Amino acid sequence: MLDILYDIFSSLGKNKLRTFLTGFSMAWGVFMLILLLGCGNGLKNAVTLNFEDRAKNILTMWPGRTTKPYEGLKTGRYIKLDDEAIAIIREMPEVGIIAPVRQVYNTTKTYGAEYVQSGLNGVTPERFKLMKMDIVEGRTLNSMDMAQKRKVILMHKKNARNLFKDQEAIGRYVNINIVPYKVVGIFTDSNDSQSPNDFIPLSTLEMIYPTAYGYSSLTIEINGINSIAACDKFEKELRERLGEELQFDSEDTSAVWIWNSMSDYMQTMNIFNGISMFLWLIGLGTLIAGVVGISNIMLVTVKERTKEFGIRKSLGAKPGNIIRLILSESLAITASFGYFGLLAGILVIEGLAKLFPTPPPDAAENSPSAFVNPEISIWIALGAMAILIIAGLAAAYVPAKKAVEVKPIEALHYE
Amino acid sequence: MIRLENIHKTYTGGTSLHVLKGINLNIEDGEFLSIMGASGSGKSTLLNILGLLDNYDEGAYYLDDVLIKNLSEIQAADYRNKLIGFVFQSFNLINYKNALENVALPLYYQGIGRRQRNQIALEYLDKMGMKDWATHLPSEMSGGQKQRVAIARALATKPRVILADEPTGALDSKTSVEVMNILQRVNREDGITVIMVTHAPEMAAFTDRTIHIKDGIIDSENDNNKF
Repeated sequence: MLDILYDIFSSLGKNKLRTFLTGFSMAWGVFMLILLLGCGNGLKNAVTLNFEDRAKNILTMWPGRTTKPYEGLKTGRYIKLDDEAIAIIREMPEVGIIAPVRQVYNTTKTYGAEYVQSGLNGVTPERFKLMKMDIVEGRTLNSMDMAQKRKVILMHKKNARNLFKDQEAIGRYVNINIVPYKVVGIFTDSNDSQSPNDFIPLSTLEMIYPTAYGYSSLTIEINGINSIAACDKFEKELRERLGEELQFDSEDTSAVWIWNSMSDYMQTMNIFNGISMFLWLIGLGTLIAGVVGISNIMLVTVKERTKEFGIRKSLGAKPGNIIRLILSESLAITASFGYFGLLAGILVIEGLAKLFPTPPPDAAENSPSAFVNPEISIWIALGAMAILIIAGLAAAYVPAKKAVEVKPIEALHYE
Repeated sequence: MIRLENIHKTYTGGTSLHVLKGINLNIEDGEFLSIMGASGSGKSTLLNILGLLDNYDEGAYYLDDVLIKNLSEIQAADYRNKLIGFVFQSFNLINYKNALENVALPLYYQGIGRRQRNQIALEYLDKMGMKDWATHLPSEMSGGQKQRVAIARALATKPRVILADEPTGALDSKTSVEVMNILQRVNREDGITVIMVTHAPEMAAFTDRTIHIKDGIIDSENDNNKF
């Protein structure tokens, strides 16, 4: 083993420039592959991050007005999403948690002399299971708040700051239309609004603001759906069932507005998987160019060394000895230079990751980034290494075969 | 040691060339034989066949009582490695390996460990008076020195036969005599059969027996010791 290594290095060392140039094309190929894949991950991470504050398998629906007549009923009717609608939706096997929301617009929230004008969302604790929420302080609303119709409020950080300034907000009371609510938690999100809505228990809101209208929106968890087609099919079936019961045309998309985050997410992911594939293709292409370069140079090298191989044969080298010699030389070049390329690629990716880190969740003022935390998984790196080794062997195989096929006497007389 | 029966060899490729037209030859163990002939007479072809570097078309070749015919390249390499040592006109040292590494190379193909290999190689270099040149590259040596290293390499595996193809062809007359003296010593002291191709009668005079090849057959032979 040591002898083979020694043999390799003495013959590679003899042609330093050629060895370097060959190796460089390999290193460059691997470097580009790693860089491209890492940047592809950067793009993908950015998108994933932008999707992060919502569960990926949810569907939200809002009531609307009909724009098509239905069985003799005229257009322009309001559709009500109430507990009857929830019961229909719950019958569908794919449906998991349902989180209804009731909104009250434009309330005045006061603390001392300070006030904020914004809406109130009445929600059930399920809301917090479906949509991730970044709690800065305190807690979310729980089932006890819901059951006891507690007058508690989960406030947006902006509103809390406007009302309480630098004082501790948790535990203080904010008045909303003369009713005091105890602040139990502060949350934040990337909402651009200057005065976002705050959250109180749905039961509390229904008690204080009784209304005949239905819910403002329903958010539904869907399970076991993993393709855009299945998503669309589910949405269509949902419309048909609701249309039958609530009396609207299932083709009438204005009757109930549906936003399907799942198909949205999948479409985006499909695009980015496509980009990833494309980057792989380019990276592999660069790598293959490197391999072809090595193969070419190995061919020349082997031809130049025909006489040497003839001498080795006359001294008793078997065909296997010669093939092993050539293959291991090629392997030494590809593996060592490829490793440098790999290392350089990872270093650059790590550098980029420092420049474009994952932003803190509180980055409300930041615009959504397009490039976040590029990275290379250990498996991709190992895969690239494996490709390198296979490439090194493949590049040398044809030249090695050729070297062996020359008859010793012809090889000896080769000049 | 070596028995040739009616060996024929034709080179095909373009016009076919019938080089050897029935060679019959017996070479005893421990003999020092020279083969002479004009260029194109087939003497080098004969040596190549003897050295298993080339195959023959017809007849039979027994090396150490083993019929050598249709050998695989692996078998041929094995016989070359164990039984035969080559000395070439152009030395055929590997130019990026030093003298010691060159001599050790056939031992490497025998699977002998590095330390033992280098020890044996050094011993043979010493025998050739080249011990001080062990770490020098061939490009730093004179022709005579290169040929000594090449002979050391040929001897390192303790072969039964040394095949020398014009070993003095590239050397001046003084060095040629030195090399011939070495080959003679190898033959007499170590009892190794030496077969040498040459076109110089004064070199052939160092050998026990000379055969003359003309147009692919053995034309005549003479016993040099009778004079």
